[in-house]
Amino acid sequence: MNTYKIKSLSVIENQLIRLGIAGLFLLETFRTIILPPYSLKPLIKQIAFIGARSMLVIIVAGLFVGMVIALQFYDTLLRFGSISLLGSAVGLSLIRELGPVITALMVIGRAGSAMCAEIGIMRVDNQIDALECMAIDPYRYLFSPRILAGIICVPILTAIFILVGIFGGYFVGVILFGVSPGSFFQGMSDTILNRDILMCFSKSIVFGLLIVWIACDKGFNLHLDKHGAYGSEGVSRITTESVVISSMAILFSDYLLSALIL
Amino acid sequence: MNNPNIENIIEIEGLNTWYGDKQILSDISLNVVHKEIMVIMGHSGSGKSTLLRHMIGLNKPASGSIKLLDQEITSLDRKELHKLRRRIGVAFQNGALFSSMSLQENVELPLREHTKLDENTIRIMSRLKLELMNLSDSESLMPAELSGGMLKRAGLARAVVMDPDVLFFDEPTAGLDPVTSAELDDLILQLRDALNMTIVVVTHDLDSAFKIADRITVLDNGRQIITGSKEMIRNFPDPRIVNMLERKAMDELVDADDYLDKLTRK
Repeated sequence: MNTYKIKSLSVIENQLIRLGIAGLFLLETFRTIILPPYSLKPLIKQIAFIGARSMLVIIVAGLFVGMVIALQFYDTLLRFGSISLLGSAVGLSLIRELGPVITALMVIGRAGSAMCAEIGIMRVDNQIDALECMAIDPYRYLFSPRILAGIICVPILTAIFILVGIFGGYFVGVILFGVSPGSFFQGMSDTILNRDILMCFSKSIVFGLLIVWIACDKGFNLHLDKHGAYGSEGVSRITTESVVISSMAILFSDYLLSALIL
Repeated sequence: MNNPNIENIIEIEGLNTWYGDKQILSDISLNVVHKEIMVIMGHSGSGKSTLLRHMIGLNKPASGSIKLLDQEITSLDRKELHKLRRRIGVAFQNGALFSSMSLQENVELPLREHTKLDENTIRIMSRLKLELMNLSDSESLMPAELSGGMLKRAGLARAVVMDPDVLFFDEPTAGLDPVTSAELDDLILQLRDALNMTIVVVTHDLDSAFKIADRITVLDNGRQIITGSKEMIRNFPDPRIVNMLERKAMDELVDADDYLDKLTRK
């Protein structure tokens, strides 16, 4: 019994220490973001990687999510005889929840996992040590452009997702099922408040930060993880962990932010 | 040399380090003088690469002092460490080149990060070093397209592009054929003579060590057996050195009970 207690305590202690290291990682990255010198080129490269190259996936996902929620709401609202609410139902669910969350999950799958694996391989291959030896700060060189790009791109991708989603909802609701376009858009503009847009925006900024933070920290601190192997197995393990942890973190912080703002 | 008056480029006193409860290096003391090629030898797991990592401040020791270019590296903060590291070059075993950049971009990186030189000068300086390493025809290749020997030479080109005072080289000849190994040895000697560098090489390759070294340090299980000239090493009576020079494995006396215990331990 005693052994069990001591063991469980040390696991918690280890996790707390690891969390502290992740916190320091973020702090150090923010320090390099704020202090000069600033360079634009790496930031643009990361914006292209996280943002531009995720565009197609986001557009396709947004279109189908918008179409399916319009389909579901149409069927449900029909039972209550409130088809005129279709536009606001589609708009609100996209802006408040589905837009930020699904965009974040797509970015985790497309960019977060790749980023984590790339940094992990750099750690295993001594490339991060090589940076240190060349007196190049890895926080400034590798992480500050990535974190900034995450904070910039995820809100923009979310906006695109919502826009395409509304179009998908319009296509199903108005073109396929014949809901009047006037009531579709009027309902939407009547019910969506500034607070909803603020919620969407703040969620997507937090999600962008979380995705890149978790992916980069997992890769960078791969050597600190004492369980399991260091080489290619280590990279595959941290990539999986980073995807799982960031997805959980997104869903948890989604609830937290919704509760705070509502 | 920025400080030609420093005779001892590296001074290590009483260095001890641990990984968990296993002691990796115990009581290492050595010095490397200006324009010297110091080779650190030992078989796999002897702690030689760990010693190198301590010398460049990538690992911090449990106790002991490490002075690099007259600065106590163990007590420097991040900023001071980075300033000091601009004066050293490190070539890693596998080259540690950035896979997303071409060879030329890899070599140019330190110049771009630390100097305000114009594009042409950067290009000329990087080409000069690539030419020195016989890589000028491959400058546009990506690291994945290079052979093992080319990767090492490219790593070396990047390490010396800022003309450092001290060069550290981890396993220059590991995994290379004898001819390529000999070429790299010649390159190391050339760097010392042409660019006045002090060089620390970690290797387990006897031929290479005796070809390039001014002095050799031999490590065994984290302990320093000897530091001295090639002649001293050749004439040193310690059986571990004799066996190493004759490429024989150590005959260890095995206690039957201990051995059984090792096999059945849970």
